[in-house]
Amino acid sequence: MSKMTLTTEGATHIVVTRRFAAPPEAVYRAHTQPEIIQRWLLGPDGWTMPVCIVEARPGGKFRYEWVNGKGAGFHVTGEYLALEPYSRLVHVERMHLPDATPDNHVETRFDPDGAGTLMTMRMTLPDAATRAAMLKTGMERGMEASYVRLEGLI
Amino acid sequence: MQSLNATFSALSDPTRRAILARLALGEATVMQLAEPFEMTQPAISRHLKVLESAGLILRRVEGAKRPCRLAKAGLEAIDQCDEWLAMLRSALTKNYDRLDAILEEMKPPSGNENGE
Repeated sequence: MSKMTLTTEGATHIVVTRRFAAPPEAVYRAHTQPEIIQRWLLGPDGWTMPVCIVEARPGGKFRYEWVNGKGAGFHVTGEYLALEPYSRLVHVERMHLPDATPDNHVETRFDPDGAGTLMTMRMTLPDAATRAAMLKTGMERGMEASYVRLEGLI
Repeated sequence: MQSLNATFSALSDPTRRAILARLALGEATVMQLAEPFEMTQPAISRHLKVLESAGLILRRVEGAKRPCRLAKAGLEAIDQCDEWLAMLRSALTKNYDRLDAILEEMKPPSGNENGE
């Protein structure tokens, strides 16, 4: 069973889709209410988000801080460009590793799908330097060896 | 440094991915590469030019032929892209699995549910 798809779009974007068994309003709230975000936007096992500040309005800022309890941590800051409850979010964000990575522009759509939601998130591919810095945060720790090959290659 | 965008751009085409898969087996000439595809040699040559400028393949001169092989930098770039995409996929999968559980909790009491 694979509820999520992750594909590259051209040379500059990644598109992620995921189905949820809850209506768009609930999924949208889970993306904009800090007390809910802190419970799931955590990445690999072992990471927590002690700081989650969200101003969910156009032009509003947000800040997420993660730690792994072993001395590693990093944070993300961003701004909302558009919020259309409960169908669409547009924001820019960058990671501080600790140097800030180039802005990642993210559009997230929440479309009704039967009794549930089809979420579609389109984001910018990071450059090679950003990618290397992200891998170095230790996020890969605790991640089982994963063998996602670019579709159809070798 | 290898540009991720050049790499992804080069890899975004199914013919170019198939060419790389063939070159993983060893060096090949344009004629050999064109064989499995219903494409002309000039069309294949255009794809090779994209792969070459992205640093994914190398070509040497051997008389009138210019055999191609995978470049080490190209392989490393592909591996790095793969590693990063694998990390992203793994992190998102865990996130959304956690979110599934939270959405289940957020549901109104079953007495108020309609159409479930």
